Amino acid sequence: MREHLRPAISLLVLFSLLCGLAYPLAVTGLAQLIFPSQAAGSLASHDGRVIGSWLIGQNFSQPGYFHGRPSAAGAQGNDASASSGSNLGPTSKALQERIAATVAALKAENPGAAIPADLVYASGSGLDPQISPAAARFQVPRIAAARGLDAAKLDQLIDRQTEPRLLGLWGEPTVHVLVLNLALDALAQEP
Amino acid sequence: MTINGWLQILAYFLALLLLTRPLGGFLYRVFEGEKTLLSPALGPLERGIYRVTGVDARREQGWLGYTAAMLLFNLLGFLFLYTLLRLQGGLPLNPQGLPGVSPHLAFNTAISFVTNTNWQSYGGESTLSYLSQMLGLTTQNFVSAATGIAVALAVVRGFVRRKSDSLGNFWVDLTRATLYVLLPLAILSALALVALGMPQNFAHYTEATTLEGAQQLIAQGPVASQVAIKQLGSNGGGFFNVNSAHPFENPNALSNFLESLYLILIAAALTNTFGRMVKDERQGWALFGAMAILLAAGIGISYWSESQGNPAVAALGVEGPNLEGKETRFGVAQSVIWSAATTAASNGSVNAMHDSYTPLGGLVQMLNIQLGEAIFGGVGAGLYGMIVYAILAVFIAGLMVGRTPEYLGKKIEARELKLTMLAVLCLPLVLLGFSAYASVSPEMLKGLANAGPHGFSEILYAFSSAAGNNGSAFAGLSANAPLWNTLLGITMLVGRFAMIVPLLAVAGSLAAKPAVAPSAGTFPTHGGLFVGLLIGVLLIVGGLTYFPALALGPIVEQLALHAGQNY
Repeated sequence: MREHLRPAISLLVLFSLLCGLAYPLAVTGLAQLIFPSQAAGSLASHDGRVIGSWLIGQNFSQPGYFHGRPSAAGAQGNDASASSGSNLGPTSKALQERIAATVAALKAENPGAAIPADLVYASGSGLDPQISPAAARFQVPRIAAARGLDAAKLDQLIDRQTEPRLLGLWGEPTVHVLVLNLALDALAQEP
Repeated sequence: MTINGWLQILAYFLALLLLTRPLGGFLYRVFEGEKTLLSPALGPLERGIYRVTGVDARREQGWLGYTAAMLLFNLLGFLFLYTLLRLQGGLPLNPQGLPGVSPHLAFNTAISFVTNTNWQSYGGESTLSYLSQMLGLTTQNFVSAATGIAVALAVVRGFVRRKSDSLGNFWVDLTRATLYVLLPLAILSALALVALGMPQNFAHYTEATTLEGAQQLIAQGPVASQVAIKQLGSNGGGFFNVNSAHPFENPNALSNFLESLYLILIAAALTNTFGRMVKDERQGWALFGAMAILLAAGIGISYWSESQGNPAVAALGVEGPNLEGKETRFGVAQSVIWSAATTAASNGSVNAMHDSYTPLGGLVQMLNIQLGEAIFGGVGAGLYGMIVYAILAVFIAGLMVGRTPEYLGKKIEARELKLTMLAVLCLPLVLLGFSAYASVSPEMLKGLANAGPHGFSEILYAFSSAAGNNGSAFAGLSANAPLWNTLLGITMLVGRFAMIVPLLAVAGSLAAKPAVAPSAGTFPTHGGLFVGLLIGVLLIVGGLTYFPALALGPIVEQLALHAGQNY
């Protein structure tokens, strides 16, 4: 066993320095040099202040904005320092009560319309920045009423902001809630 | 289920198939010590490392020496990581001022990362400093994966060598795996992931004021460097609490496609390396075939089940798939590919919350883990995991025709078979034993987040994940408590080393044997018949061992779900 002691200790030290320090530091250096904005967390600026990250969902509760998916991250939802899903199983009573309450609220908002699944199911991260195009369209009557805007204009806005699948194949078509709401603010300011 | 979804699944397998042979060939050349593209740059570094550490690269070790070196290196790694976690409060690179980690959590986490499990009883962004994440966890992400590769190489050499008393040099295998394979792949992957949006910095958490005027604190860090290696090294331990469901750990569909390929890539390539080492690539493709068929079956079942949705939610008027715990940008198809691949490949990273899958989706995940790292499995671990079943398969085939079983030109006799069975039986012993104890321990039951059969599934999943060195979880479980952390830590140790040590003994005894020439009575192990037999043995051994426990968890829950029962 003693013959192994020197290689064991020295290789552990060496690999700690190489893999645990040099590697992340080198990647950090290269990343900040080549992709500075991504490396800093794709921060979103608006009117000169940081309003969040383009990748991270944020809370919207005002009736005049598009809302994101239900979030289990933090007490208020969308807590980007405490990511979390609900972790409720399919037979959980708590899950069914939560969804029943959400469904009731959504039905009051847009009676008669089919409810998109992603508006009642909480996301995995609690920070999902996107919703499906159907989930955005479902919210049009509420926003049109709150803002006094034409519903057809909002539908066009959603169509313009819909990201297709990657190469038509991977992932799902999505609408980015923050981008959509910024575009919505711009639309509302137009004469 | 959509055509598009199936095409995404098909594209995944095509990409895997295309990459297996080139990477397998590269790995073969690296470990045979041949010249590769990287030799001019890394050759001098490799020789320098041997000089500094006093390793004689030409001196080979017998199975006992190889095992001793491997165990000592892992023991020291554990002690170092444990100390680092306990002391992180007073160490640098800790901008959020996070305190030292409690003894039981440090014990659990250190074992978890040394055994390539990456079970996380904690939330990354709220518990660990940047220094702990890098120097502690990222280092083990590399060397635990390299250890797996080294052990797999030693086991294969047992079949290749004739009348030999050595299995190679552990230090050389460890160094080459880290230097030529894991580091270059990780650097390339990390940069690609940053380009796709992943953060890589040492900044304070960002304070933002949202569009509606609320405050949002956004966790930051050197994310990409850890994510690249946690995917490639079948480690799985995320930077953030929700792992690759977090938009910073997995920003879009392309990053998701790459990450889900990385998590299985080296394990798949090693089947080809194995084929080249035994001088018959078809032997590697046979293992690959059995693995791919089982993975595809798991993905298919899971895709169907998640697409059916939750009947209790459908009753409320919401049609559509089960999206609880799934991200919009991935959808159902990319989520189920990942969930089946990460449990099969013993990676354990997630891009959707496994706790919220439908019962059958969860069943696929658990069974993939319980089959013992054989469906691609961990880096290296998957190869020796599948070889265990191959040995059992030829033994059973030998019994049927009354011949001494052979595999790859070596006679499999009583000693090898006893040791193999020891490796096979240690897993269910701790997995089922501790699950049973946890089910009746009031202290441990406090950790459950769900009631009824799903609560039992949380327990069973946790010990499966620990024994299979997977690391994913039904994450509602609060396992950061002394008893949970300790028992799961022991399970991870047994799951890793009670498998490795007997297998290295098998390799040592096989290496000492002469090769037998194939005759008309030799059962060919490269064809469809063997693949079928191998799958059969896996399902029968795994099924018989775990079916009773699965019946109490996901199977009962599936019946309850459709009977309208909730808990």
